Amino acid sequence: MGLLDQKFENSNVIITSLDSLLNWARLSSVWGMQFGLACCAIEMMATGASHYDLDRFGTFFRATPRQSDVMIVSGTVTLKMASRIKVLYDQMSEPRYVISMGSCATCGGPYWEHGYHVLKGVDRVIPVDVYVPGCPPRPEALMEGLLKLQEKIRTESLAKKKSA
Amino acid sequence: MIPQEISETLKARFGEAILEAKLEGVLNPSIRVAPERVQDIALFLRDDDHLLFDVLMCLSGVDYTAGKLGVVYHLDSMKRSHKITLKVEVTCDNPRVASVQSVWRTANWHEREAYDLFGIVFDGHPDLRRILLPDDWEGHPLRKDYRVPEFYNGMKVPY
Repeated sequence: MGLLDQKFENSNVIITSLDSLLNWARLSSVWGMQFGLACCAIEMMATGASHYDLDRFGTFFRATPRQSDVMIVSGTVTLKMASRIKVLYDQMSEPRYVISMGSCATCGGPYWEHGYHVLKGVDRVIPVDVYVPGCPPRPEALMEGLLKLQEKIRTESLAKKKSA
Repeated sequence: MIPQEISETLKARFGEAILEAKLEGVLNPSIRVAPERVQDIALFLRDDDHLLFDVLMCLSGVDYTAGKLGVVYHLDSMKRSHKITLKVEVTCDNPRVASVQSVWRTANWHEREAYDLFGIVFDGHPDLRRILLPDDWEGHPLRKDYRVPEFYNGMKVPY
């Protein structure tokens, strides 16, 4: 999460207020990288369109990984595409998150058994923060995934995590 | 022209290259031809005035098991309103078929797909390489004796 991440020993009132400010700023403007691969991309487009608006959450799609915060992997990930996904994920700057949308990106989907060319879950190449199940997930489900990601961002902190 | 007339016209012209015809009782009347003469037969089918097969609707590879592969061509004529199916059979040891890419350009990608998934080599094709799978993939997946690899480039393939 940048140069200041987890550098501070104790959490004091300045750090917590700064945390709240930074987290609020980050979660209110999660810019997504448009990464539609297959049918889930259609549902992602529908979620971004006017009926189930994503812009009211501060999310709109950027074409380049350099300017985006979240990569919504929507659709079947083939082995041919998986190496490219790794390259694109490495090009995103931190803080970066991944939402795995749909069952193909989560676990291989309907191609889990016989798909010789399908990567059974995008978490075999990149770390995933939120999994959204469905085939395809309804726009409301994708929005809930985005809100869960916002909850995750809300709990991040600049202070070091106390080991249990 | 009905399929019998098409088959007779071909037999009159090419004789021993036309091997077998299954014209009755099937949905797609088909004519089996020799693999190395496919390009000449295709040119004749496209250019002859009574046949005029100007559209190659589909070119598919087949694995007939027992060591035999095949290619199926579905041809259509827009002007003469008739259809025919051509079939070719080759063995797994020598899967070479003449390319019809110069006759119907759509065969360019269809033959690349048949090469990619079955390993059928088309002689005379200018750019025969894999089209669907990655370029460094090993094996031809739609053959019946294909085994799914364990790893590809460090990624685990099975579930």
